[in-house]
Amino acid sequence: MSLPGLPLLLQSIVSGILMGGVYSLVAIGLTLIFGVMRIINFAHGSLMMLGMFTTYWLFVLLGIDPYLSLLFSIPILFILGIVIERFLIAQVLDAPEYNQLLLTLGISLFIENFALFLWTPNFRTLDVQYVKKAATVGTVMISLPKLIAFLFAIMLTALLYYFLKSTDLGKAIRATSEEKEGALTVGINMRRIYYLAFGIGAACVGAAGTLTAPFFYVNPHVGGIFVITAFVVVVLGGMGNFIGALAGGLIVGLAESVGAAFVPGQLKQFIIYFIFILVLLFKPQGLFGRRGE
Amino acid sequence: MALLEVRGLNKRFGGLTAVEDLSFGLENGEILGLIGPNGAGKTTLFNLVTGFHRPDTGTVFFKGEDITGLRPHQICNRGLARTFQITQPFANLTVLENVKIGAYNRTPSSREATQEALRILETVGLYEKRNELASALSVGHRKNLELAKALATRPELVLLDEVVAGLNPKETDTIIDYINRIQNQRITILLIEHVMKAIMSLCNRIVVIHYGKKIAEGVPQDISKNPKVIEAYLGEEYILAKNQ
Amino acid sequence: MSSTNHRIRDLFVIGAVGAFLLILPQFLGRYFIHLITMIFFFGYLGMAWNILGGYAGQFSFGHAAFFGVGAFTSTLLQIHVGVNPWIGMFLAGIGGLLLGLSIGSLSFRYGLRGPYFALAMLALAEMLRLLAVEWMAAKYPLGITIPLKGDSFWYFQFKSKVPYYYISLIMMAAVLYLTRMIEGRRMGSYFKAIRENENAADALGINVFKYKLLAMAISSFLTAVGGTFYAQYYLTIEEESAFGVGISIEVLLGPIIGGAGTVLGPVLGAGILEILSEVTRNILGAYSGVHLMVYGAILIVVIIFLPSGILGGLQMAFWKLSKGK
Repeated sequence: MSLPGLPLLLQSIVSGILMGGVYSLVAIGLTLIFGVMRIINFAHGSLMMLGMFTTYWLFVLLGIDPYLSLLFSIPILFILGIVIERFLIAQVLDAPEYNQLLLTLGISLFIENFALFLWTPNFRTLDVQYVKKAATVGTVMISLPKLIAFLFAIMLTALLYYFLKSTDLGKAIRATSEEKEGALTVGINMRRIYYLAFGIGAACVGAAGTLTAPFFYVNPHVGGIFVITAFVVVVLGGMGNFIGALAGGLIVGLAESVGAAFVPGQLKQFIIYFIFILVLLFKPQGLFGRRGE
Repeated sequence: MALLEVRGLNKRFGGLTAVEDLSFGLENGEILGLIGPNGAGKTTLFNLVTGFHRPDTGTVFFKGEDITGLRPHQICNRGLARTFQITQPFANLTVLENVKIGAYNRTPSSREATQEALRILETVGLYEKRNELASALSVGHRKNLELAKALATRPELVLLDEVVAGLNPKETDTIIDYINRIQNQRITILLIEHVMKAIMSLCNRIVVIHYGKKIAEGVPQDISKNPKVIEAYLGEEYILAKNQ
Repeated sequence: MSSTNHRIRDLFVIGAVGAFLLILPQFLGRYFIHLITMIFFFGYLGMAWNILGGYAGQFSFGHAAFFGVGAFTSTLLQIHVGVNPWIGMFLAGIGGLLLGLSIGSLSFRYGLRGPYFALAMLALAEMLRLLAVEWMAAKYPLGITIPLKGDSFWYFQFKSKVPYYYISLIMMAAVLYLTRMIEGRRMGSYFKAIRENENAADALGINVFKYKLLAMAISSFLTAVGGTFYAQYYLTIEEESAFGVGISIEVLLGPIIGGAGTVLGPVLGAGILEILSEVTRNILGAYSGVHLMVYGAILIVVIIFLPSGILGGLQMAFWKLSKGK
């Protein structure tokens, strides 16, 4: 373990923040689903993977620009999310907690391995020429696709924030998440809110997949990596807490990136898991507190 | 020496004072009733005595031993059992298994525990339902089960939290009868109740709690005439109206 | 039927089934012997998980942690210190036990429950896997191989699958017996009480922390011992198969599908899963993990329609039928 110099440290901080934006987007979907339905969506990573593959195939088969494919991946994942909620998750909303977790585990196993069956375990990359650049600011190299991902992620997060804050549907979603009984009393259609929330959550993570595809490898197992990170972010930020997910994403992105500067290879993930267990044990409500508990 | 002695208990939850400077004693063999308007702090008191909450200040003595801050299972092992206001059955286990788990507190033997459980079920009137799942029971039967579980641990003192509420008149009489029988077995009882019939017919003494404070203590006849008690339940306007 | 008649009937059934299983290898080819050995083995692992998960109600999504610790402990001790694999198996169990007690005391002391406990265990297994990846990258890039010693009971290696068949059968039978014992005694009832309602259990004098830890101890010990069997069966271990999420999931799927909290559920589940995985492999082809797709589908179906698993569901149906009389 060698101590990194300042340039490397700065580089990791920048990369960390950029990646953190993407983590935030992934986590916001997860935390929204938890906030509204109290469900820990294990299948979240596999949905991201589907977003990545949607972008990949649109690019490879139809030549559609990855960032343009957001127009496809967002609706596709949104609808898929609704379908999953309506037909599968809705069946176990009143079941004991473990059943819900196991169901989403089953869904993730199915999706991930179905993808494996269809598309083989080969690692694929998106060869997008015009973004294979990096800007250089001082000693820091800013990868263009990462920067774009970050900007889009922040923009989508802001859009979602505005949606939740100001639209009727958004307020209904927030009401359900904060006070279910009250929401029922004022006549909010719970079933609709549930599948919409899940759909939105899926759309978020699908978008995150699209944004990540240009600089990350595409592979059926990629979801598994992101889902754990997403859990860490959500727990850190407080389950159901929107701002917490945003902040948590940046924190985790930073921790991972800066950590990678200090420890060899795979161990940067180790740090994430370690933080995860520590937070679960000692501050389970997260740094910013849980929604509605 | 009092069997149970509560001295100066205080408990706040955030900004809310649940129990304030509460003290009283419970003699061996008596039935003490704990009454007061809803939200007065009665169940919190139970939780403080049985170890589910820690008091901010104050002590609880049981059989002369300071049990403040002990865990619930440790307190149960010393002979103090409780029921829960919202029944807490082991839902997916049978009625027999439910009570057997209580009985296991006194014996490690499966056979003895079963025998004890069956005996108690017989007396509470749940014998016929012994092989049913606890989740399938009606509210009244669940209350009986709650009682049976606690009694299976052979306590010297049992805390009953609204075991009568929600029962029909016939069930109420049965439970009252049963509680009397428990007292005859020399088990001391502290009970929280709203049903006046139960309180008046069962209790040797009553403690009245309002906003977490003790406002009266005495025998049932005196309590029913105590102006502070009437005021707590019916409001100041009633007293003023009566005096005009 | 009186209780002695019950006993006699049970013994007869066990005797018959046992005899059948004992002579079965005579009639089967290598492939089927392997398949059935795997059923016994995953039945064993499932039952080990079930003690903590199905009975005490603490579902761990990271039992690979103990499995891997077991496999690595006995293997490394064997290769570097020359410890006999049978002794190594016991030491592996101790290793798993220590890990289980550590993570258990922390988790249970700080009230980690439900899905959070499940995920914390997953994180633990992943942490160990990453450590293994790093450590092995330099020294053992292709995994650790146990040197061949030929057919030797002493070295826990056999050319034929048949001895492994018998060993796994014994292991499975032993844990079956253990589970039955626990279920019929106070420990089992206390585990179930904790699973159903921790507060009520506490109020009835059950030291919840102690019993959860006990369940964890038994479960982690047995799982780690299983890791050694695995190492000796394949004579090679690497991080993915030892600590991977795949093992964690495979271990818990059997009990969930067969019936968590029942004695035979894990074995039934393991049987179904193994057979399915073979069938899938033959029909759908080569990529490892495709059978997981079928597992996922089955898990979804079971959770929605038969949440207490197959045996659990049967028990319910039986209950309802006998009540209707």
